[in-house]
Amino acid sequence: MRQPLLRLEGLTKAYPGVLANDDISFQIGTGQIHALLGENGAGKSTLVKMIFGLVAPDKGRMTLRDQAYAPAQPSEARQNGVAMVFQHFSLFDALDVAENVALGMEKPPALRDLAKRIRDVSEDYGLPLDPYRLVGELSAGERQRVEIVRCLLQDPKLLIMDEPTSVLTPQEVEILFRTLRQLSSEGTSILYISHKLEEIRALCDEATILRNGRKVATCDPREKSARELAELMVGQVLTPPERPAKPKGEVLLSVENLSLKSNNPFGTSLKDISFRLHAGEVLGIAGVAGNGQDELLLMLSGEILSPSGQVRLKGQPIGQLGPNARRVRGLVTAPEERLGHAAAPDMSLTANALLSGAKRKGLVKHGFIDWAKTDIFAHAVIAKFDVRTPGSHVLARALSGGNLQKFVIGREIELAPDVIVVNQPTWGVDASAAAFIRQALLDLASAGAGVLVISQDLDELLEVADSFAALNEGRLTATRPAKGLSVEAIGLMMGGAGDMHVAHEAAE
Amino acid sequence: MIRLEKRKEPSRFWRIANPFLAVLLTMIAGGIMFAALGKDPVAAIRLIFFDPIFSETFASYSRPQLLIKSAPLILIAVGLAIGFKANVWNIGAEGQYIIGALFGAGVALAFFPAPGWYIFPLMVIAGAFGGFLWAMIPAILKTRFNTNEILVSLLLVYVAERILAAMALGLMRNPDQPGFPGSRDLRRYEAAYNAEIFAGTGVHWGVVAALIAVIFAYAMMTRHMLGYHVQLAGQAPRAARFGGVSPARLVVICLGISGALAGLAGMFEVSGPGGQVRIEFASGYGFTAIIVAFLGRLNPFGIVLAGLLLGLTYIGGELSQMMLQIPGAAIQVFQGMLLFFLLALDFQTNYRIRLTKGARA
Repeated sequence: MRQPLLRLEGLTKAYPGVLANDDISFQIGTGQIHALLGENGAGKSTLVKMIFGLVAPDKGRMTLRDQAYAPAQPSEARQNGVAMVFQHFSLFDALDVAENVALGMEKPPALRDLAKRIRDVSEDYGLPLDPYRLVGELSAGERQRVEIVRCLLQDPKLLIMDEPTSVLTPQEVEILFRTLRQLSSEGTSILYISHKLEEIRALCDEATILRNGRKVATCDPREKSARELAELMVGQVLTPPERPAKPKGEVLLSVENLSLKSNNPFGTSLKDISFRLHAGEVLGIAGVAGNGQDELLLMLSGEILSPSGQVRLKGQPIGQLGPNARRVRGLVTAPEERLGHAAAPDMSLTANALLSGAKRKGLVKHGFIDWAKTDIFAHAVIAKFDVRTPGSHVLARALSGGNLQKFVIGREIELAPDVIVVNQPTWGVDASAAAFIRQALLDLASAGAGVLVISQDLDELLEVADSFAALNEGRLTATRPAKGLSVEAIGLMMGGAGDMHVAHEAAE
Repeated sequence: MIRLEKRKEPSRFWRIANPFLAVLLTMIAGGIMFAALGKDPVAAIRLIFFDPIFSETFASYSRPQLLIKSAPLILIAVGLAIGFKANVWNIGAEGQYIIGALFGAGVALAFFPAPGWYIFPLMVIAGAFGGFLWAMIPAILKTRFNTNEILVSLLLVYVAERILAAMALGLMRNPDQPGFPGSRDLRRYEAAYNAEIFAGTGVHWGVVAALIAVIFAYAMMTRHMLGYHVQLAGQAPRAARFGGVSPARLVVICLGISGALAGLAGMFEVSGPGGQVRIEFASGYGFTAIIVAFLGRLNPFGIVLAGLLLGLTYIGGELSQMMLQIPGAAIQVFQGMLLFFLLALDFQTNYRIRLTKGARA
């Protein structure tokens, strides 16, 4: 056993109504890559927040290099050599890389010196980064590099990484892993938070698994199968979704040579998009975040209009129709962002059921809302999709992410659409709810609907999709059958790694 | 150390309690202000808030006045509240009120002295149309050129005031009395006079219109798709677009409704209690209505209560001016304080104030 760097003993933290962490103890060795594994809500974030000084534990203690360690705030953690890369980046789009790094420092050096240090560190660790590029122009993978380099400049002893690969292509993941292994060999410990089992098995020396706030196991992940790890994490036996084979039906949705300029200055414009979606088909669209997924969804939902004939539903042009007209014709969508886009946070579930159900479910007569009927609809969604809520009167924002996602997807599926377009359908949803949502989408397809799934989760796409395409810088690749497609091939479709100059294309 | 914590859900209790607390704090702060002016604070507060309704000496005059002052406030505030809920900020109701009055009076003066039952209804339509038209200027500028409706609608108040002055001195001046500024007195023109419906109560057609507007606004906000869209757009603009709401259409509708209602209020005022087009016709109802809308929690029935209260301060202000020689501006300070305290208190609807021991380094 290597010398322990950080030891946690009996850490406990309660929030009103939940015991987020219950008596958690484990240790991280010097230079060890230690995985923290668990579903959403298992208590990973709370634990990490305690280590990083964002939350104080109710009970228990921590020892860092044999010294008592109780950081009152992140700056104290940083002084002790603990650094963290968050899942959501805190970067300013309109500033360049060096300026962003300087903003996070207590005593930033002159920008020119800092730029040189950024370049040195990024070259040492194989993370190419130009300190003078605007962050707004960087890909998600490059933004993550900014965050990592920002941490490395502090010369950390323990680097915490929260779900780092959720925004990366397979090739970018490889680069990241190489960096992490190099850090580990130089004696930096890494606490690696994830729910992606294969990654953990490939990278980590040791794994601590949390479930419902308790530690269920600490083990060597290379000695367990992914299935064993998953069952430890979920606490039950998982069944993969069923998918009977079926022939392709008629074309339901087609898009032809569509280019659309994004109205957001840092958005991605769609370039020459073409695809066809058939009845009974699940078309998976992969791509790293920010490559045009949002724009593609808005274009299909009718929130952004397009030239009439280039988008067709069952042969009819719909490019100039708004969201409700498209719903009436059988095309429904579920955007990625649940709170604020797919649902209004401060409205009840009943009121949110009306959001997309109004016309297609006949909930409105002569402009007047039939609230009783709307409530019945909301209840149907809640019951059928197992949304855990005290009732339909509850505000959308009071639901957990996974429950709200079940409600939102359930609402769209209950509209009995001919075509459904979903973006990140299981993002932030726990494993059992995710399996449920995927099964519901597959059921819809086998009932003859066309299903378009936009997702950054390759495992998910490979599980549900019949055919496959990838978005890269607003372009969509040709559609290929999903069967027999290797992860490497998909990675290349997604634009691959080493693409340090993708942004130059945008300027054409 | 004091820390602020965001509440998971806004507190219902404070939402209801804050307006009452704000009134109380305004009375206290107002009392201090009166004491500083060398007046008896208790007497002054009594004169403003209680005597207009309960004193035997003043009530016979003041009670009908209460409805006369409150009706335009309520009528305007109901319209403004709909817009505010959708995050469409019409601050220029005063201007729409003036233009509505000019349109209404214009119709009356054009028909003078002909009799006819249809003249008053025509004036009503013209008044609403005038306010609507004036509100369309910020609406179209916003939807076409993305200008800020707060600034445009506010600045148009001053334009409307200049037009009012020009009309009072020019086109609409009473030809029988050219030596005086101001139009004919509409109260003396039977076909155009917005008279009391029940003598001695202050109930004129504007009061009836305010009541109808309250009921319609309530039905619209709770039962109609338009009200749903208004709330969606205000709370979650992206969700509204997902729900098929066109933001531009909503801006036009919200400004249109609030403009038309403000125009109506102006028309009922000029043909009744105001009586004629005069330079000093505008009395700040359009601005006070903003306070009424917020004090009433943007809820139509809350607005009725808030409108009555603010109406009371107008009458009480006049009384205190008369009896205690308190400066007229004091009452505006009063109304301002009310909004100030309400907004400050509203902070605790969404946040919880926590006292923590010891400062954290």
